[in-house]
Amino acid sequence: MSGGLHKDNAGAKLGMWLFLFTELLLFGGLFLLYAAYLARYPREFGAAGREMHLGFGTLNTVILITSSLLVAMAVTAIQRGARRMVLLLLGGTVLCAATFLFNKYLEWSAEIGNGIYPGSSRLTAGPPGESVFYSLYYLTVGLHGLHVLIGATLLTFVAVRVQRGTIHAGDYVLLENGALYWHLVDLIWIFIFPLYYLIL
Amino acid sequence: MNSAEKVHPPGNGGFWNDTGKTGITAWIFSTDHKRIGLLYFYSVLTFFLIAVVLGVLLRIELMAPGRTIMGPQTYNAVFTVHGVLMVFLFIIPGFQGSFGNLVMPIQIGARDVAFPRLNLFSWWLYMAGAAVIITSLFTGGGPPDTGWTFYVPFSERTGTNVSLAVFGVFIVGFSSIITGLNFVTTIHRLRAEGMTWGKLPLFVWSLYATAWVQILATPILGITLALIIAERFLGTGLFDPARGGDPLMYQHLFWIYSHPAVYIMILPGMGVISEIIPAFARKPIFGYKMIAFSSIAIAAAGSLVWGHHMFTSGMSDTAILVFSFLTFVVAIPSAIKVFNWVSTLYRGSISLEAPMLFALAFILLFSIGGLTGLILGAAATDIHVHDTQFVVGHFHYVIFGGAVFAFFGAMHYWLPKFYGRRYAEKPAVVAWVLMFVGFNITYFTMMVLGMKGMPRRYYDYLPEFAPLNLVSTIGSWILVSGLILMLVNLFRGLFKGEPIDRNPWGAATLEWTIPTPPPTENFEEEPVVTHGPYDFKKAGIT
Amino acid sequence: MTTGTSEQHIVSYGKLTAIWLALLALTALTVWVARHNVGIGHVWGSLAIAVIKGGLVIAFFMHMKYEGRLLRWLLFFALSVLAIFIGLTFFDVLYR
Ligand code: HEM
Ligand SMILES: [Cu+2]
Repeated sequence: MSGGLHKDNAGAKLGMWLFLFTELLLFGGLFLLYAAYLARYPREFGAAGREMHLGFGTLNTVILITSSLLVAMAVTAIQRGARRMVLLLLGGTVLCAATFLFNKYLEWSAEIGNGIYPGSSRLTAGPPGESVFYSLYYLTVGLHGLHVLIGATLLTFVAVRVQRGTIHAGDYVLLENGALYWHLVDLIWIFIFPLYYLIL
Repeated sequence: MNSAEKVHPPGNGGFWNDTGKTGITAWIFSTDHKRIGLLYFYSVLTFFLIAVVLGVLLRIELMAPGRTIMGPQTYNAVFTVHGVLMVFLFIIPGFQGSFGNLVMPIQIGARDVAFPRLNLFSWWLYMAGAAVIITSLFTGGGPPDTGWTFYVPFSERTGTNVSLAVFGVFIVGFSSIITGLNFVTTIHRLRAEGMTWGKLPLFVWSLYATAWVQILATPILGITLALIIAERFLGTGLFDPARGGDPLMYQHLFWIYSHPAVYIMILPGMGVISEIIPAFARKPIFGYKMIAFSSIAIAAAGSLVWGHHMFTSGMSDTAILVFSFLTFVVAIPSAIKVFNWVSTLYRGSISLEAPMLFALAFILLFSIGGLTGLILGAAATDIHVHDTQFVVGHFHYVIFGGAVFAFFGAMHYWLPKFYGRRYAEKPAVVAWVLMFVGFNITYFTMMVLGMKGMPRRYYDYLPEFAPLNLVSTIGSWILVSGLILMLVNLFRGLFKGEPIDRNPWGAATLEWTIPTPPPTENFEEEPVVTHGPYDFKKAGIT
Repeated sequence: MTTGTSEQHIVSYGKLTAIWLALLALTALTVWVARHNVGIGHVWGSLAIAVIKGGLVIAFFMHMKYEGRLLRWLLFFALSVLAIFIGLTFFDVLYR
């Protein structure tokens, strides 16, 4: 049981999961606020939600789900020892991440162009619940975007290690943990999507 | 004490000289849990001492009505910084970082924690966060003046350097999370053969429960602090009633973390006490399972009671009822512990050495703190004493009288093991008496003042409070003189004192079976555990 | 050599792709429900679908289905804690 000589992969994975719990609770604070304010301003939230760009939201959902598939396949690939395949799949994942962020950029630009951002004169003049909705939207999605960025960086780093051969069929816990992190990013988006885009 | 072979100064023997590197890099880049433990120990001790000086300044200001040594703005800054340093830089990281790191791996029969490099990273993060907090005191609008709770709306409007201070606390929180997940993984994965959950020392149990609180509650603090920064810089208005926000939501989020944080502070202290008492009563601990279980129960139930900080804030009556009830529930597992400790003492052959004295002080002071907590937890009585000096007295009883006295006990109990030398007993006892007496004079008086209606967080007060305030201030001087004596005696002993052998106290946990000071790898060969942590007979101790 | 329980378990490309298709279908479903079902009640509907999607990601993409009991239990525990935090806050939010 005691470590030191051999690597404790189950331990590494346990540690990663514990870290994912902390991420869940970090976003949990924002979801808590969302729930409390939704209870107070159901109509304003509905009105604000209707103005969101459903197209961008859906597209980004599909992109993230696909990226999750790719990274999950990367784990399968490394277990089968298919290194080139792993690299391709990881490349695909990172590409998805970049597309996601680019879409986000377009979406936010459009919204900011419409005068929707925290503290904008339009929101300050509008009903109180609306400003709360958009503030939460920017904060939650912004924090999520940050995680997309971190996840993509992590996976790039993992890909380099795969390329160098320090991650291989016999020892790939780093890839597994990177993949776990990426799935978490997807998981959180799965909840952001209905809460912000589909609350008509 | 056979000392012939053991005349070595620290830095000579065991893990002290088992390294290729020299000088400071042998410490700040070391992944040895013992070295990281000592790094943490000296870091938190430094901030503790700075904060003690601030606390004494507060008391001096309150010595007489009107301005004594500082004006209102300075006073606000000083109690804020005192609170922030004590809470976030001393007692929350303190136990886990120092004694958790020093002894937990040895107690479970491991060579190190599960992620040694992450462990070092956690200390670095802690130091980085501390540096940011210290920077915030001298830059921008000056030291924050919000109180350690950073309540909105004031924390959003004040011109002082709240954003930077909050950012520093955020980083320290991240460090705390990392320590927590490291410890949970370590306790799950690295226990030696035979070290079943039922044989785990109670200190380890308490660290385990604490680590879970760190993992699950600290992220909420992180997001709350991030929101303050967002409110200040982006104007998100989430807590601003004018724009539909609700300041009470801030209080919810803050206390969802900060009440459980009280258990991050106190649980390891309870664990220390559960180690010291059987060792000095020379009796197996009474109710091992109940104590282990109550650690978990305290951590769990303690996460459900945060609303008791908001009874007068305008929260709904239903919530007041629920949180008041739940607060009373937490008292049960705490009381279970106290009863079990006392039962352990019953008919034990008690030796009143320094660690034991601190443990006894803990039991008494923590009980007073806990019982006064019930006065605050009952909504009706809380309305009378809310935000008065009674609250200040109460939490100093819990945190200082409880957690910090346990910390002092741990210093006397474990540090000699790692230095190979010990302090002199008599001055330690004198110091203990001074601190115990000074402590009660200081804080009991503050509780009385609070009952009479003196509010907290004011540099000035009505003339009728003057005599008791003077008493309290004099008490704080006695307290600090005891503290100084204790530290001088302890450190002199550690560096120049009498050498000790493996097991000076005759305790039965694993750390006492290895050489003093422990070698780098802790155990020459992986231990096989055959008896419980307090089974003195099977451990061959009489 | 690796140690541990689940490492050896290989989830085939086919199975992963099937999960992916299910996730896409659920996404389509949730959008459809939202567009054809005005009113606040469907928040619960969307959330239910999100929970199913999340469950699929956790079980198959994140291999939770093949992990030991400990991890599953801990995940349940962590999520319960979050639910309790939100739930207890609602004693204030709902009754103020
Ligand atoms: C010699 C030791 C100490 C002295 C003389 C002291 C004194 C004080 C005083 C007078 C106040 C109240 C100021 C006011 O509300 O008007 C205070 C507040 C506080 N103290 Fe201490 N204290 C000491 C040690 C500690 C320790 C060991 C801790 C925790 C580990 C601690 C934590 C706090 C906290 C959290 C506050 C609240 C700050 C706020 O209101 O924001 N203190 N202390
Ligand atoms: Cu509390």
